[in-house]
Amino acid sequence: MNIAEFTVVVAGVSAVAGWLGALTGLGGGVVVTPVLVLLLGVDMRYAIGATLISVIATSSGAAAAYVREGFTNIRIGMLLEIATVTGGVTGAALTARMSTGSLSVIFGIALLISAWLAARPKQPQAIDTAGDPLAARLRLAGSFPGERGVQRYMVRRVPAGFGLMFGAGMISGLLGIGSGAFKVLAMDRVMHIPFKVSTATSNFMIGVTAAASAGIYWRRGFIEPGLSMPVVLGVLAGSLLGARMLPGTPVRVLRLVFAIVVGALALEMIYGGFTGRI
Amino acid sequence: MAMLKTDQSHQTTDFLAKVLRIGVLTAASVIIAGGVAYLAKHGGEQTHYQHFAAPQGESNQIRTLFSEIEHGHSRSLIQLGLLLLIATPVARVVFSVLLFLRAGDRLYAVIAAIVLAVLTLSLAHA
Repeated sequence: MNIAEFTVVVAGVSAVAGWLGALTGLGGGVVVTPVLVLLLGVDMRYAIGATLISVIATSSGAAAAYVREGFTNIRIGMLLEIATVTGGVTGAALTARMSTGSLSVIFGIALLISAWLAARPKQPQAIDTAGDPLAARLRLAGSFPGERGVQRYMVRRVPAGFGLMFGAGMISGLLGIGSGAFKVLAMDRVMHIPFKVSTATSNFMIGVTAAASAGIYWRRGFIEPGLSMPVVLGVLAGSLLGARMLPGTPVRVLRLVFAIVVGALALEMIYGGFTGRI
Repeated sequence: MAMLKTDQSHQTTDFLAKVLRIGVLTAASVIIAGGVAYLAKHGGEQTHYQHFAAPQGESNQIRTLFSEIEHGHSRSLIQLGLLLLIATPVARVVFSVLLFLRAGDRLYAVIAAIVLAVLTLSLAHA
C-alpha cells in the first residue's frame, strides 16, 4: 500500500470506530489502536500517539455539546483534573520506557475491562442528596436538567474518587486512550455522582488529560503527522455522525456487538504482546 | 460571585463550549489543508509507519515549525493542526481560570491554575 491508499483505509476504519464509539459510549480510540496495530502492522507507539490526538478532538467536540446541555459539573471536572493530568503525565512517561509487547498486553487488559464496563447493564442509582462534609466544603454539589425539572445532587468520597482519577489518567497517558469508562466508574460508583453528570464531566476531562500526555508523546516522536491526520479526521467525522444519530438508534444490541468485537481485539492484543509479535 | 457559584450560568458554559468548538474546527481545517498537500506530494510513496524511528536532532521541534511550513513542508502544516488540537483543552483551562477569578471564586481559580501549571510543564518541553 502506498501512503494515499493507506490514508484512505485508515480514515475509513477510524470513521467507523468513531461512529461506533459515539453510539456505544465506549469512545472510538479504544478500537483504532488495535486495528492499526493488528490489521495494518503499525508500530504500537505511532498507533497510540495518533489515537491520543483523536481522543482530544472527539472529547472536545462532545464536551462542547454536553457543557451547553447543562450536565457537566465544571467544578468537579476542574478538581479531578488535577488528578487526571498528573496521572496522564506519569503514564506517558512510563510509556516511553516500556516495550511495545508489554504495552500491548496492558492495552488488551484495559480494553477488556472497558468493554465489560460498557456492556454491563446500567444499575440505576438513587440520587444522593446528603453528600459528605469535604464535598460540601469544595462546593461540589450541582444540578442537572432531569425528567421532572431541575434535579439536585450531592457528592461523596472525594479522596477515593481523586485517587481513582489519578489511576484513570495514568491509563490514559500510558495507552493513549480517553479511559472514559474508568473515569465514569470513579464518579458514578464511588463518588455517587449521577450517571449522566458523570459521563458528561468525564468527557469534559478527557481532552485535558490527553493534552497533558501529548507533550511527552510529541517529544518522543509518537505523534506521526502522516498517520495522525487520517486517524483524527476519521474518528472526528465518525463520532460527530454517531452523536447526531444517537437519539433514534437502538443501542443495546449495538453495544453488545461492539463489546464482543472489542473483547476479541483485546485478546488478540494480549496474545500478540506475549508472543512478541507486537 | 453568582456566575459559577451555584450552577454554571449559561453565559459561562456557552463561552467554554464555544472555545472548544472553535478550537476543534480550526485545528481540523488546518489538518485537512496539510493532509491534502501531503497526499498530493507524497501519496505515491511507501508507508513507513510499521517501524518506529525516534526523532533526530532538530526535526519535530515546535520553533522550526513555521519556517518549515513557509518552505512548503506539508507534514509541518499537519503538525500545526495537531498542535492547535492539543492547545484547545489547554485554552479551555486558561479561560476557566479567568472565569473563576471574575466570579470571585478564588478556590477554584487556584485549582484551575494548578491544572494549567501541570499542563504547561508537560507541554513546555515538547
